[in-house]
Amino acid sequence: MTAPQIELRGVEVHFPGGVQALRGVDLSVLRGEFVAIVGLSGAGKSTLLRTVNRLVEPTAGSVWFEGEDLTAAAPARLLEVRAQIGMIFQTFNLVRRSSVLRNVLAGRVGRMPTWRALLGWFPRRDLEIVHGALRKLDIQDKAFVRADVLSGGQQQRVGIARALAQEPKVILADEPVASLDPPTSHMVMRDLRRINQEGITVLINLHFIDLAREYAQRVVGLRDGQVVYDGPAGEVDDATFEQIYGRALKADDFRGADAEG
Amino acid sequence: MGIGASPRVVWEGLPSFYKLMGDLFPPNWTVLPALVQPAVQTLQMALVGTTQGALLSVPLILLASRNVTRQAWLYYGARGILNLLRTVPELLYAAILVAAVGIGPFAGILALTVFSVAIIAKLTSESLEAIDPGPMEALEAAGANRLKMVRYAVVPQVLPAYLSYTLFVFEINVRVSFVLGLVGAGGIGQLLLTALNLFRYQSATVIILVTLAAVITIDAISVRVRQAIV
Repeated sequence: MTAPQIELRGVEVHFPGGVQALRGVDLSVLRGEFVAIVGLSGAGKSTLLRTVNRLVEPTAGSVWFEGEDLTAAAPARLLEVRAQIGMIFQTFNLVRRSSVLRNVLAGRVGRMPTWRALLGWFPRRDLEIVHGALRKLDIQDKAFVRADVLSGGQQQRVGIARALAQEPKVILADEPVASLDPPTSHMVMRDLRRINQEGITVLINLHFIDLAREYAQRVVGLRDGQVVYDGPAGEVDDATFEQIYGRALKADDFRGADAEG
Repeated sequence: MGIGASPRVVWEGLPSFYKLMGDLFPPNWTVLPALVQPAVQTLQMALVGTTQGALLSVPLILLASRNVTRQAWLYYGARGILNLLRTVPELLYAAILVAAVGIGPFAGILALTVFSVAIIAKLTSESLEAIDPGPMEALEAAGANRLKMVRYAVVPQVLPAYLSYTLFVFEINVRVSFVLGLVGAGGIGQLLLTALNLFRYQSATVIILVTLAAVITIDAISVRVRQAIV
């Protein structure tokens, strides 16, 4: 039995103002898994994802990465670990006025000394990694284009390229396709699947049931800050989802067909 | 009552006003060549003052922005300094500085620097606080420390506003620089002061016209450049 790459032990998150976002979550993720975290809005999916890289601090419990207690890590060590974990966001979080290249270069910043980063003095190897990431997402011809003139799907690809530029071991994806149309959503999901097949662990928040079933190997269901389901994607059916959601399924729980099939 | 304003006072003052107008015209164009060097000096004062102010304002801008500076005492301290700088009128700076460092452009430049810092820092920090926090979150997730976050998520978003405000302050500073000359801080303003004191009104007219032309030209250029930046 291999040791898990990511482990949450009894993680609780209590926000000031009284909201209990996570109640005692236990989760183990092995290297190379593709795990979809599903649940209604407000179930705690975003909070859960952000405890993995401590963007949100657990108020109780611990988070472990490759056998190391992240919650007890020193600030400098935390930055080093974060550099190994890529993250993509529903709203892409790109610098809109900057070019695609500049945005993806920002992904390398965590791995270089501050003085080099401030001067913008990237080593040649970093530029090669960045170009490799651009090519992998098929956006190399858009390298000098301003980010905000691109379509939503292309912007998310820039986001993924930025995460890949970190040469990460894990990618955290927070509802990456929620703002995209069905065919584009499938395109991005296929990109993530390809990346996962090359060995990068993917932890993705999704509220589209069909996407979770189609692309993930394992589904973790969250309700009211607690894990209520954890099993292989193949065994998940509509009834499972209704159990996770605590309500009957609706049409907008499904992303819809992929134009390319 | 109060300030002693009344239409009658204006009416009775009209003849003196007409006489003054007569004294101002025709303009004495012969002084034109002598104005070049002081006009250039006024422009230089504005340029140096604005540039120094723009550079010095950078740390204040970062400290006075809530989304960059998390420690409350640093933030309120920086904001407090900014407010203090802005309440003191630039003429007062100039007068104090002239007394401190003597008559001439050096006092003027110091006054303009302080004034520029105050305005550029206040306006830019407000723009900064309105930027999209998304890229900052992305950089934080990628393992960037605060400085790297500022360089890669904040600066690219706020740079156009910063440059635009700097140019705007330069426009203002050309006028202020002229006025500072009136309290002895050098440049063409000081020349105007001299001309008025010597009752050389027709020369004064030329000085005013030249200043007007310079200000209008600089404004026009600056507006174009600012549009191109944003």
